[in-house]
Amino acid sequence: MVVRWIAERAVKWVLIALAFSALASLLLIAVFIFKEGVPFIVRVGLKDFLLSSEWDPQAGRFGVFAMIVASLCVTFGAMIVGAPLGVAGAIFLNEFVSRRITRIVKPAIELLAGIPSVVYGFIGVVAVAPLIREHLGGPGLSLLCASLILGVMVLPTIMSVAADAISSVPNSYREGALALGATRWQSVRMVILKAARSGIVAGVILGLGRAVGETMAVIMVAGNTVQVPGSVLDPVRTLTTNIALEMGHATGLHRQALFATGVVLFVVIMILNALTMAAMKRGHAGK
Amino acid sequence: MKPAIEISGLNLFYGLFHALKDVSLAVERRKITALIGPSGCGKSTLLRVLNRMNDLIPECRITGSVLVEGRDIYAGGEDVCALRKKVGMVFQRPNPFPLTVRENVAFGLRVEGINEPGAIEQAVEESLKAAWLWENVKDSLDRSALELPLDQQQRLCVARLLAVEPDVILMDEPCSALDPIATGKIEDLMIELRARYTIVIVTHNMQQASRISDVSAYMLLGEMIEMGPTLQLFSKPRDRRTEDYITGRYG
Repeated sequence: MVVRWIAERAVKWVLIALAFSALASLLLIAVFIFKEGVPFIVRVGLKDFLLSSEWDPQAGRFGVFAMIVASLCVTFGAMIVGAPLGVAGAIFLNEFVSRRITRIVKPAIELLAGIPSVVYGFIGVVAVAPLIREHLGGPGLSLLCASLILGVMVLPTIMSVAADAISSVPNSYREGALALGATRWQSVRMVILKAARSGIVAGVILGLGRAVGETMAVIMVAGNTVQVPGSVLDPVRTLTTNIALEMGHATGLHRQALFATGVVLFVVIMILNALTMAAMKRGHAGK
Repeated sequence: MKPAIEISGLNLFYGLFHALKDVSLAVERRKITALIGPSGCGKSTLLRVLNRMNDLIPECRITGSVLVEGRDIYAGGEDVCALRKKVGMVFQRPNPFPLTVRENVAFGLRVEGINEPGAIEQAVEESLKAAWLWENVKDSLDRSALELPLDQQQRLCVARLLAVEPDVILMDEPCSALDPIATGKIEDLMIELRARYTIVIVTHNMQQASRISDVSAYMLLGEMIEMGPTLQLFSKPRDRRTEDYITGRYG
């Protein structure tokens, strides 16, 4: 009896420790990035850091404005590609095809999420960038190329969350709409999308978070020039790729500047997560 | 006068399961027809034949003829959406949409492409009045319909149906989620609506059938056992099986 009691206790405490270690690592990451990054921001000045586009570490110029703009543009572009496709796919799988087809297609699309990002980058370099260069001009490796690749990468996230939201809409709403003479599409547009709205928004924001944070594929296809893009065919460098490209050889102030870039990224992603939770919570309150 | 609905030789299969067996039925205009019988006897299935809601079930197959206002609704080329506007349905559990009270009632109009605010306002008020709900909700038309009490939700479902001006109203155990007082209100409403609409109701509740219906039909295991004026069916049933059921000796 005593042995069993001790074993129960031990298991409980081990599990608690494991659960808290996840929380602790999150906390440590935040502390670490902020400890390195915040002193830098204080030293250079928040305004010069955030609002200048000049990034020249050798000359001591550390302005990330162009990279913030690039990150936002790439993310926005990815959403233009991925969100409509993802939501449309979710509607299609739930409302317009038989369950048998859904059972095949949905896992296949979810499998897209398992492809390593370097493979997406590779496809971008050898297939998408040359197409853009030949047909639209510019260097090919560009904001457009990054948006297209990232759009496909966020597709499974958005589609799978949106599909779950749509399939959890009570069947009685569907029947109610159809019984009033609505067509399939009318019932989707007028009732089901409204009922599933919070879940769909959550899916889109999750996709957004993934697009902001993606690094490897973007390094390979975005061109990596530090500039505020004038057109979608211009090469750009995002916040994440900046860190990845320069961390290997950065020292001193330069290194701190990259941590400060990380702080900006951290804040952006926290805001997105807060939005996701708010959207989900509001959805539950509505039911 | 010809009956509003005439079913003859109807067979329905869910895959291999023979759910309705050679059912024939005539539903008279502006009367309440009650379908009664034990669970699984096919009465809800029969109701869903009338507005083709069974189309939603993939393995469902139908033979025989179902005439609504003289038209065979299972003949090829029938417009299912138009049929469902003519033959409306109230479900077992109140299922207002997660929209405002106003938009619930306006739904059928918007489906038809009517978006003119004046027409919507008028239809909303008339339909809510006809469903005896206007006094309860006239000050909260912009609140979510899901905040209403259950019996008001059910009357809202009736109101949104009336807005599309159907000929026939199908009710699938409309009171089974309601308490006796709310049930009484819905029953009174049905008797009122009988003056203008043909009503077919599925009910488990034999008292309810005897209180409100003009004609009753008793079904068992997918077969139509007996059909006749409610008074007669409940006092002098012709079939032994009907008698067993209404006297509580079924099973």
